[in-house]
Amino acid sequence: MSEKKRVGVQNYRFIELEPTPTTAWGKFKRVLKRSVKLELFVGLKVTFREMFKALFMGEMHTVKYPLEKLPISPRYRAIHEMKRLLESGHYRCIGCGLCEKICISDCIRMDTRYDENQRKEVVEYTINFGRCIFCGYCAEVCPELAITHGGRYETASEQRASFSLFEDMLTPIDKLKEQKEYPGFGAISPNADENIKKTPLAY
Amino acid sequence: MSKEITITIDGIECKAKEGEYILNIARANGIFIPAICYLTRCSPTLACRLCLVEADGKRVYACNAKAKDGMNIVTQTEEILEERRAIMEVYDVNHPLQCGVCDQHGECELQNYTLEMEVDEQHYAIADTKRETKNWSSVLHYDAGLCIVCERCVTVCKDMIGDSALKTGPRGGDKLDKSYKETMPKDAYAMWNKLQKSIIVPSNGTEYTNCSDCGECTAVCPVGALTERDFIYKANPWELREVPSACAHCSSACHLYYETRFTSIDDPSEKIFRIKNEFHYQSLCGAGRFGYDYENRNVKKDPNALKRAVEAIKKAKTIRFNSMITNEEALMLQTLKEKFGIKLVNKEVKPFQNFLKVYGKAKGQMLYSNSFKDMSSSDFIVSVGAKLRNDNPAARYLFNNIQKINKGAGFYFHPVGDTLVPTFGKSVSVFNHKVGDEEYVMLLLLDLFADKEKLPSEIKEKLASFKEKRVKKVKEKVMKEVVEKVVDKESGEEKEVKKKVPSFEEKEVEYEANLLVEKLGGDVENFNEEFEKALKKKEDFALIVGEDFYFHPKAANLAKLVALFEETTDFKVAFIPPKSNALGVALICDLDENEEGFVVGYNEPGDFKISALGDGDFDIPAMNQQEGTTTNMNKRVVPLNAALDYEGYELNDIMNELGLGKNLTIDWTEALPVEKGYQVAKFDDLPNYFANDMSEHRGYVLANMPVDKEEVIIEEFSESKLEGQIAYRCNPQRQFNDFTDKAHQIFEPFALYVSPEKAKELGEFVKVEFENGEGLELPVEVDERLSGDIVEVPDFKAEMDVYSLFGKNRYAQVKITKV
Repeated sequence: MSEKKRVGVQNYRFIELEPTPTTAWGKFKRVLKRSVKLELFVGLKVTFREMFKALFMGEMHTVKYPLEKLPISPRYRAIHEMKRLLESGHYRCIGCGLCEKICISDCIRMDTRYDENQRKEVVEYTINFGRCIFCGYCAEVCPELAITHGGRYETASEQRASFSLFEDMLTPIDKLKEQKEYPGFGAISPNADENIKKTPLAY
Repeated sequence: MSKEITITIDGIECKAKEGEYILNIARANGIFIPAICYLTRCSPTLACRLCLVEADGKRVYACNAKAKDGMNIVTQTEEILEERRAIMEVYDVNHPLQCGVCDQHGECELQNYTLEMEVDEQHYAIADTKRETKNWSSVLHYDAGLCIVCERCVTVCKDMIGDSALKTGPRGGDKLDKSYKETMPKDAYAMWNKLQKSIIVPSNGTEYTNCSDCGECTAVCPVGALTERDFIYKANPWELREVPSACAHCSSACHLYYETRFTSIDDPSEKIFRIKNEFHYQSLCGAGRFGYDYENRNVKKDPNALKRAVEAIKKAKTIRFNSMITNEEALMLQTLKEKFGIKLVNKEVKPFQNFLKVYGKAKGQMLYSNSFKDMSSSDFIVSVGAKLRNDNPAARYLFNNIQKINKGAGFYFHPVGDTLVPTFGKSVSVFNHKVGDEEYVMLLLLDLFADKEKLPSEIKEKLASFKEKRVKKVKEKVMKEVVEKVVDKESGEEKEVKKKVPSFEEKEVEYEANLLVEKLGGDVENFNEEFEKALKKKEDFALIVGEDFYFHPKAANLAKLVALFEETTDFKVAFIPPKSNALGVALICDLDENEEGFVVGYNEPGDFKISALGDGDFDIPAMNQQEGTTTNMNKRVVPLNAALDYEGYELNDIMNELGLGKNLTIDWTEALPVEKGYQVAKFDDLPNYFANDMSEHRGYVLANMPVDKEEVIIEEFSESKLEGQIAYRCNPQRQFNDFTDKAHQIFEPFALYVSPEKAKELGEFVKVEFENGEGLELPVEVDERLSGDIVEVPDFKAEMDVYSLFGKNRYAQVKITKV
């Protein structure tokens, strides 16, 4: 029976070590030997080298998060951004509600009204980030490239509402110049011009 | 009548009636022919030209081409497809590319057909014209920039509604480039040419429509050009949940969809955003379309209120209610009467119930013979005792539709002058008779239409007494021969030429004068000729009987006369039940005349008030918050669905406390009285839709149960004793009850409605005193379409108890003093 047990073949071998000193003198001699030969620094050699590189040669491998952040892909899908028109600064959203319709977790809602200039005004716009799965459909369906995903991935907050309202997501008017187009799904393709059939104009 | 034919459309054999339009036959058989401008039940306008088909190799428009036996129709050929594509391209020229914000976005026919015709390229262009957005009335909004001038609004307003408040006006656009004429498909060019010249404007020449604000034009608009002002940019059509139901306001109980959605970001509760209807099959009125938000809001279950309500019912001697009630609730009230002997008082319905009883005994059946739906094929319609414009929009639309589409004629008998009815058609004769002469109206109708041999002798004698030989002067056209001298220009010769010149000579002619016509305010001299002309080619006759007949001192006699009229003519006869579910209440409840003791009011004032208006001691759901059925004027039992949530108690809960209840309110639907013509049908099994062939699948039709027939003895006629200032109990056009009044888009106030002439006399605020000494202080409102001296007092507010002021008559003698 015992032969059928699959017991591994144990190829243990003894390494040759100096006999452990037993006398107090003997122990003292070993400590002295190890210290003076600086075996510790042999082990720390790589560490010191990298430390030197990081501190003095600018080859740091970590970032000082939250003081520093790594750049992320422009197509990263984090908290939404509402874009403005570059010329007028007016928000791009026309309140068509397509994002609301396509949202698969049903987390977008908007209130619109007929304003004094006979236009559709977006009175309020919210995304329930408790439910949002950041699928990107809203950005893809938006006909005005008004809603896009941004790079703001830190979604811890005292209240979820903190970044779910229209004004929170809207590009601040003073940062209009820094507003960048989103190159992800829903953006204009690089060869868009080639695909357009021109409509004749009578002007 | 018309014979059955068979035609072939795209290889499919279709059975149809001769003379039907090809488009309607195709639709009935599920074959798709595109069309934007055509509305079923209205006349073809030929504005869009999309319905182009080939019939036996010839190009025709399916909307106005009548089918002939054995016709072979092809709906798609290469040429036709090219034509249709060009038409859609033209429609897209200069159409704003702002679909995203448009209210029609998602249910837009322009979007749909542009995709259907695979338009992905534009070949045509023209400079755009500035077209202003306008508010036509308190409810209508017109964005001319989006308008494709299909003229559906114009057509429906003229052919169905009868207001004819819209027309096409000049657009001021550029002329089309002439080169298009050669290069474009023919029909597309013709359509564009017309489109480029026109735009829709109010027909009265002003900026504002003077109409009944029914909003049907907004319903039929295929694009977002015409919308309800309240709905603009509030919600997108595809976010809305469609709840098929029926309108609760008048006895027509029209099919409609409540469209609901969460109220806003802050308020997740459901709210009705608008009403939609199947405009190809049934048109709505202003009350139906705009009077939807009358729900009983924020009601929670209050056990104490329930306890008090049960106590009140136990104590009650009388339950006072009106017609805003479902069949099921009416049946519950009837059960209470049977168990506890509580009197049921319904002032709106009691006279109607009495009228039906007398009519039934005379006719041998419980209900009037026909439905208003049957009458849509009629070509001669008579309305008696109904203030057509105010009483029932469906009856008015029918009257108008018959004039416009069936090339019909009509008689309108009513004491109150109305300037709209005569505009329905050239062959409409209006008789503004004296109040109380309704019996003579029936007598005249018997004289004109009845088979004289079947009439009882006393009627015959009476008729003979109204005949007289008279002489009238007639201008006659006589051709006279005149000799003229003419100088020939070339030869200079003078010639005598004989010519025939018409001249008019006065001549005296003897004719048989019908004194009844004179008595009823008709033109007795020319009546005979006009009547003969009106009757030409007419074969399908209809009679509408209205509320004046039920609320009449001689109502019983009138009921017998109507029954006699039906017996002796081939008229289709239908009654207008006075209010919402009046017919249902009349059939289900055994009503009492007078109230006594402790009164429980059901949407009515009382010692204890059960109310869906939110102002009572016990809350019940309003008609848009509960399931149930209502019995409409077409004798149909139609289902109502709950559009909004309701969390409070219902009448059924009181019934349960009393040990009489059922599990759910809709369990009462099966228990509706079979002996009155109802069916044992489960609520959930009732259908509620129209099919493509225009057939109505809504609930079921009541059986017209036989009644023991009694001999008809017509009583002596009487003359009205009303003198001086007369008031008429009549609501403004969009008000029917407290619920329409609660709706935020219905603005007509509780006021004295008078004609413009009368308003000058009365000033702004008056006191109306009735014969019994009671009075009402009312502001004066001008109804532009009213004429004459009679003033109208509305009854839509239950608390004003206008029914008691008028008693069992719709007319009352009043004294009006300025305040």
